Amino acid sequence: MTLDLLPPGQAARIVAIDWPALVEEEARRLRALGLDHGAKVSVSHRGVFGGRDPIALSIGRMTVAVRRAHAAAMKVEIL
Amino acid sequence: MSRPRKIALVGNPNAGKSALFNALTGARQKIANYPGVTVERKSGRMVLPSGEPVEMTDLPGSYSLDPTSPDEEVTAKVIRGEFPGEAAPDALIVVLDASNLEQHLVFAQEIIALGKPTVVALNMVDLAERDGLVLDPALLEQELGIKVIPTVAVRRRGLTELAEAVAGAELRHPGPGLTALTMTERRVAAHAMAEGAILSESKRHRLHARLDRLLLHPWIGPLILFAFLFVVFQAVFAWAAPFADALEAGVGLLTNAVTDVIPPSLARDLLTDGILAGVGAVVVFLPQIVILFAFILAMEASGYMARAAFLMDRTMAAVGLSGRSFIPLLSSFACAIPGIMATRSITDPKDRLTTILIAPLMTCSARLPVYAVIIAAFIPRRSVGLGIGLQGLVLFVLYVAGIVGAMVVALILRRSVTKGAASGFIMELPKYQLPNAKDLAIGLWQRAWIFLRRAGTIIFTVTVVLWLLLNFPRAHEGQNQVDASIAGRLAGGLAVVVEPIGFNRDMALALIPAMAAREVAVSSLATTYAVAASDDENAQAMALGDQLKAHWTLPMALAFLAWFVFAPQCMSTIAVTRRETNGWKWPAFMLAYLFGLAYAFAGVTYWSAVALGL
Repeated sequence: MTLDLLPPGQAARIVAIDWPALVEEEARRLRALGLDHGAKVSVSHRGVFGGRDPIALSIGRMTVAVRRAHAAAMKVEIL
Repeated sequence: MSRPRKIALVGNPNAGKSALFNALTGARQKIANYPGVTVERKSGRMVLPSGEPVEMTDLPGSYSLDPTSPDEEVTAKVIRGEFPGEAAPDALIVVLDASNLEQHLVFAQEIIALGKPTVVALNMVDLAERDGLVLDPALLEQELGIKVIPTVAVRRRGLTELAEAVAGAELRHPGPGLTALTMTERRVAAHAMAEGAILSESKRHRLHARLDRLLLHPWIGPLILFAFLFVVFQAVFAWAAPFADALEAGVGLLTNAVTDVIPPSLARDLLTDGILAGVGAVVVFLPQIVILFAFILAMEASGYMARAAFLMDRTMAAVGLSGRSFIPLLSSFACAIPGIMATRSITDPKDRLTTILIAPLMTCSARLPVYAVIIAAFIPRRSVGLGIGLQGLVLFVLYVAGIVGAMVVALILRRSVTKGAASGFIMELPKYQLPNAKDLAIGLWQRAWIFLRRAGTIIFTVTVVLWLLLNFPRAHEGQNQVDASIAGRLAGGLAVVVEPIGFNRDMALALIPAMAAREVAVSSLATTYAVAASDDENAQAMALGDQLKAHWTLPMALAFLAWFVFAPQCMSTIAVTRRETNGWKWPAFMLAYLFGLAYAFAGVTYWSAVALGL
């Protein structure tokens, strides 16, 4: 399952990231924020006005906003 | 004597670095730019407990020494001593958010590995405690091999200890374990260190999670944001009124005093009609500008600004931008210059250029005086129900017109001149915090000072020059002074161009100096009508608003407002755009498109209003 499909509140672990699918600068920024192989994440908020973008992720004690396209590049396993 | 030692604050964004910097240096700060780039350089003086004065710099927040933005590049270069013309810091203070150690320790390790004299400020320990975290700084100290001082910047906790520690920090030869780690290895180490340092952790519901459930709610969140922005604009008008009235009364008293003391002469006219009328007309808007900035600074300090970016991302994505553009654009409501400078946090170059080009469409505070004078003169002060004033509503509509214009322009630009792949949106949403009164006060003072300095320099000069142009050559007997003056003749020429959009000569006259700074439009109108009325005692006693009503029709006033929604930006904005885009191409483009838009919309407004019989 990819991260964009994870139901809100469900804890998961990133098991693989399709780095080539991301713009290089953005990939580096995501990694700097801790969104890397092995990280524990959950989706805390999702979209406004019923849309699916953007997504707010909980990672550690941080909340990080990303687009669905970023989350779609990350494979997760449910914990 | 050698130069004072230099100490730099470095850390992740949202570590509370600026608050710590304010607490350490107080209000004696110098804000400038790093040469060649438009990254803000904040420095201040501080005296160590030993009595040694040092220079403290607040480096831009970074996630890594491997930069992904101009901000991070400055931080990386300054720390390594590679920034031209900038001495490398002698010692570093790494600022960590105590409640986000796992993340912040990654960058901290990278800094510590450089081997410079370094201490750690374990900042915001009070917030960590609020979240139910109990930390052991001694354990962290052991792991990192350098001093770790718990601090609470806003309560001045730990500041003396921090100053003592940094005074005694020495060069180290970092152990082989730390130097050659990869990012992933550092992250694993950070995780272990954070786990070790956290003595206990309660599962208390964190405040910010609860707030986010409401403020980031897919439906309620945007409604709260819009309601909040609406309150801001109503407040700018309503709360500022008593202060503005007091300032206006003060200028009036001063004018009367000058008139009483100095005998009638051209010099007295220069003082009253030129300087006091012109500069005074602008200074009375200080309260409104301070209130607007107070809201913007409070939004930033509380963490709500990032939520606003989250809520706006989808809307911005619809025109090819991202939520990241929302912050520069919102800052542009105060002034386009800090707004354009804030675009450096946008990583995508095309996104950034688009944001720069539309920033002047956000109604900056300098346009507020223009709007305020015209609205007060032509729009009746009555309620349209629900406690909403018609004047505030018109102001709101003007702001919305600028926003809608900006969105349409962005959409067109992203499909033409700044065509490219749509960019992403990656942003940390910081913890909520109660804004600290002292930090707000320092920020407000800096903004107010910039405004007053402009009033004292640019606006003063322009007002005096305009007064001279309006008063020379002197009119013959029976001839109007404005008609005879150089300025009157220049404006007569320009009036031919703006006549089709309903502008009269006085309005054309106001457009010229408004290029220097937009609020000057008000002072030049004030000066023009003061000069024109100087032979007529009754007319001279009239307030600017009454003067405008006597000379303008409602469609003209509305056209003038419409002009200023899109008006070509001031010279300082052109200068900052040139610096940000490295050339004259984009500022020239911006000037041309804004002039076209302003002309078209003022014309449409005028002729529609005339057709409607207003």
